Amino acid sequence: MKALRRFLDKQKPHFEDGGKFARFHSMFDSMETLFFVPDKVTTSGAHIRDAIDMKRTMITVFIALMPALLFGMWNIGYQHFTSYGQAPGNWNMFLYGLLKMLPLIIVSYVVGLGLEIMFAQIRHHDVNEGFFVTGILIPMIVPPDIPLWQLALAVAFAVVFGKEVFGGTGMNVLNPALLARAFLFFAYPVAISGDRVWIADKADAFSGATPLGDALVGNFDHIPSFYNMFMGFIPGSNGETSTLMILIGAAVLIITGIGNWRIMLSVVVGGIVMGLLFNWWGANEYMKLPAYYHLVMGGFAFGAVFMATDPVTAAQTKKGMYYYGFLIGMIAVLIRVFNPAYPEGMMLAILLMNVFAPLIDHIVVDANIKHRLKRMKLAIK
Amino acid sequence: MSEERQEREPLFSAKNLKLVKGPINLNNPITVQVLGICSALAVTAKMKPAIVMTISVMVVLAASNVVISIMRNGIPPRIRIIVQLVVIATMVILVDQVLKAFLYDISKQLSVFVGLIITNCILMGRLEAFAMSNKPWPAFMDGIGNALGYGLILIAVSFLRELFGSGTLLGLQIVPPGFYHFGYVNNGLMILPPMALITVGVIIWVQRYYHRDLIENN
Repeated sequence: MKALRRFLDKQKPHFEDGGKFARFHSMFDSMETLFFVPDKVTTSGAHIRDAIDMKRTMITVFIALMPALLFGMWNIGYQHFTSYGQAPGNWNMFLYGLLKMLPLIIVSYVVGLGLEIMFAQIRHHDVNEGFFVTGILIPMIVPPDIPLWQLALAVAFAVVFGKEVFGGTGMNVLNPALLARAFLFFAYPVAISGDRVWIADKADAFSGATPLGDALVGNFDHIPSFYNMFMGFIPGSNGETSTLMILIGAAVLIITGIGNWRIMLSVVVGGIVMGLLFNWWGANEYMKLPAYYHLVMGGFAFGAVFMATDPVTAAQTKKGMYYYGFLIGMIAVLIRVFNPAYPEGMMLAILLMNVFAPLIDHIVVDANIKHRLKRMKLAIK
Repeated sequence: MSEERQEREPLFSAKNLKLVKGPINLNNPITVQVLGICSALAVTAKMKPAIVMTISVMVVLAASNVVISIMRNGIPPRIRIIVQLVVIATMVILVDQVLKAFLYDISKQLSVFVGLIITNCILMGRLEAFAMSNKPWPAFMDGIGNALGYGLILIAVSFLRELFGSGTLLGLQIVPPGFYHFGYVNNGLMILPPMALITVGVIIWVQRYYHRDLIENN
């Protein structure tokens, strides 16, 4: 560590103003903050600072994602070997999944960070940690066999049109990770949804659709048991299969105060309410599916915990968070059951509510102002 | 005196040429004035309809500009919008009938959008802002220029959308079939309307990067 510090100190003058590589200052800065706490101090404005900065927030989310990511890797191997009728042991299964996921993660980070650094250089901004979580989220919500060039294109689209055109991290309207998935969903529908999605390599026994796909076409006897879907022994994208692992992540987020429990809770309530409504209606087989099944199928849990709670794109007011989450849950189940073209509604529901989040906040704030004005008038009387 | 001098002005004087050149870049109806966006989104999935649309708009705009410019001193100001609309509508119906007679397939593809040229903001805008106060020849040049600026964006957008969305240009296969063997897939999003909006946005972005004075400071 000391040697590294000495090396960085030696290189630093070259990157300061007037140095040889002054133009690449932001790149050096990002490398330095990767290893050490920066020595920057506040020069103006507020001097009171929380210990939680963007870097710590991002790393906490990263840790919360780990259980789902690691389990997902094992599950990829599990699905693969089960389809061959083999059982080579847990380590081999994990290793197989790791090798499947690693290229996706590398491509996602190289393309995303490359573009972030490029934009930072052009705009003379500092490189920030904004892409840190997005970069791991994207590989976790796409099928593991997605062609790498398609993934690279989706990441580029999400970073440039989801974030940089609005002014970078913290200014985006839509969740960049979901935008990358939405891009893939609409641009290359064959690879990401329908019955040709990768589940396992040979997979005669498994070939076909994920539970959501089965539900959509009416193969209700194909849907795995609630226990299997809760534990995550089902085919699907890397991150979303195991509700249990996602709950562990949710616990980390809530205990550290990074993730917002209001949004998570209201998404779940929204989903259950819509599910119960459909149960009561019961016009077709899909509507009769028990409401709690929706919580463990597809990306519902993952979306509720890691996507809907994104502090930049979610509603900011406390009351607004309840509306925002509730509507996400409702719309997600609504799309699943009603729209034959979209097996999974979570992505579209969250993106839609991302767009409406500022409006919800506006209404909540406006209502509060009116409420207080009324109270003031009463007090004056 | 002054009238004499104006009559001697050549047809393609610098001033008149500027009427054509301006709208192509710095005063572009789509990217700078943001007019006529709706049709730019609707007809740009393929190049052929985009080119036909460009020609239709050019004919309608140049012709109605000239007609209004000739009539400009006789139109009572209070009903000028109605008069302009009647002129445009006449021209649009003429173009529509010609397309139906000679280019039936494309006219079917363009469907209602030829008829909707009537509501294209560029036309009303040019008639109101230019033809009402200028002589027929400059009005004609202005019409051609604005239609060219409109068409340039239309064709650029449709070029990108058709190339990446369908792998073809003007219906000819451009992406080599071998690419598909190696796993290349046409981008389905390019065919959908949102991508037209984003493509126009990118063109505006590039244009403003080179012409910094177009950027509003607010």
